Amino acid sequence: MRDLVKRYARVEAVAGISFDVRAGATTALLGGNGAGKTTTLSMLLGVLLPSGGSIEVLGCDMLRERHRVLPRLNFTSPYVDLPKRLTVRENLSVFADLYGVARPSTRIGELAAEFDLGAILRRPYGELSAGQRTRVSLAKALLNRPDLLLLDEPTASLDPDVGDRMRSYLERYQKDSGCTMLLASHNMGEVERMCSDVLMLRAGRIVDQGSPADLIMRYGRDTMEEVFLDIARGTVEEATPGLRAEGMLP
Amino acid sequence: MTRDALALSLRRIRAVCRRHMYLLLRSWPRLVSMAYYPTVTMILWAFVTLYLAPTNSFLQSAPGFFIGAVLLWDVLFRGQLGVSLTFVEEIYSRNLGNLFVSPLRLHELVIGQLALSVLRTLIGVGGACLFAWLLFRYSIFSMGLPLVAFFSGLLVFGWAIGLAVSAMLLRFGLGAEELAWAAIFLIAPVSGVYYPIDVLPAPLQAIAHMIPAAHVFEGMRGVLLRGVFDATLLWQALGLDAVYLVVGVVLFALSVQGARRRGTLLQMGE
Repeated sequence: MRDLVKRYARVEAVAGISFDVRAGATTALLGGNGAGKTTTLSMLLGVLLPSGGSIEVLGCDMLRERHRVLPRLNFTSPYVDLPKRLTVRENLSVFADLYGVARPSTRIGELAAEFDLGAILRRPYGELSAGQRTRVSLAKALLNRPDLLLLDEPTASLDPDVGDRMRSYLERYQKDSGCTMLLASHNMGEVERMCSDVLMLRAGRIVDQGSPADLIMRYGRDTMEEVFLDIARGTVEEATPGLRAEGMLP
Repeated sequence: MTRDALALSLRRIRAVCRRHMYLLLRSWPRLVSMAYYPTVTMILWAFVTLYLAPTNSFLQSAPGFFIGAVLLWDVLFRGQLGVSLTFVEEIYSRNLGNLFVSPLRLHELVIGQLALSVLRTLIGVGGACLFAWLLFRYSIFSMGLPLVAFFSGLLVFGWAIGLAVSAMLLRFGLGAEELAWAAIFLIAPVSGVYYPIDVLPAPLQAIAHMIPAAHVFEGMRGVLLRGVFDATLLWQALGLDAVYLVVGVVLFALSVQGARRRGTLLQMGE
């Protein structure tokens, strides 16, 4: 992304951000509510047109040739749902067709086994619990074995056990496929575990970036949670006096 | 387009259809409700005909006039609903984000919607036609081959209105849902469904000449009352249909682009 801007009538939701995501790595996009995470992800997905700047995804200009890239990416987001009156299997079959998945029944079977969906494949999506829906959405996001996976709060409704299994699966999938992941999450434990790079957003700008370990050290904190609070509340100066003066903060 | 690309494109269109077919075919109340309104309206007009026919020479010479008119009107209505309700369903499901992030192209979505419209129209109007035969011994097929022309002319106009309504839904959200049901009635008075457009005031006649449905119903009256099929009326209807369909597609495409600018594709829903 280069100089990406999204301006609404009176609000600048994203104010000229630039970043690269390392291929095969997981990068976290962090920030408080309204920081611009979902706006940034939406522009990456091509469902939101930027007011300025450029986006290149997997070597293609997302603004001009996004249909060349779309078969190779996928996403989950709390802002979208799957049709509630279709069963889980029907939903996954429809999306397997949309993504041109080869041998869809086999792929759905694999994902059902991985995400423990076997018992709910015949149930309407609308009758599932929040946690079950999250698992189905993740299965949908992995149907086409994406090269780029955008995850907006992917484990938000899952209990710690299932959440852990999902993270393990995503890590395994990444290791096997070399997939690049961009993760927006408020779960700092998840970020520390899964992400090698972190981009911190506030008011539509990138205010800091680095690996979780680097950020924790730089801010003199013990956890990413504390770093997040410092940055989101804009209390960096107070929390870490002198860091900016020493040129250690952007 | 290569053969592989074409196969993938057809698969995506099939996916759009399958998603709605699952819903339709599983629920018999849904299927019944699609034929319910056309059937009840048909029965109503059939009884009006039975009441008036003994004292009305016009109806004595064309007893199926009102029934034929109401069945064809429903082709237009169902054709439009088939497109716009399919889209309403996607908004209710909060599924637009998934669709527009998938490799589905806009023209594939539109073709899928049109195919579903044909299916819904055949189910809805087909049911009413069946009851017209069973209850009143009236067969709409007595119009002969011109029926195919009338059906096509009205269906395509229904598609155009359905796409324009879908564009409004994307622009104004589910607050505009009423439009999906009511839009068609705006053109009913100038469509000449039950009367020739000559009876309209001059300004409305001018508008009627721009409505494909008015030419189709004029043609229907020619067949039912005089036994004459006027091909000119058909070509006029199809020509106007082509223009309106292009306008409908362009409006829909512009509204999708507008939604991408405003960021409503991911958030739109109930």
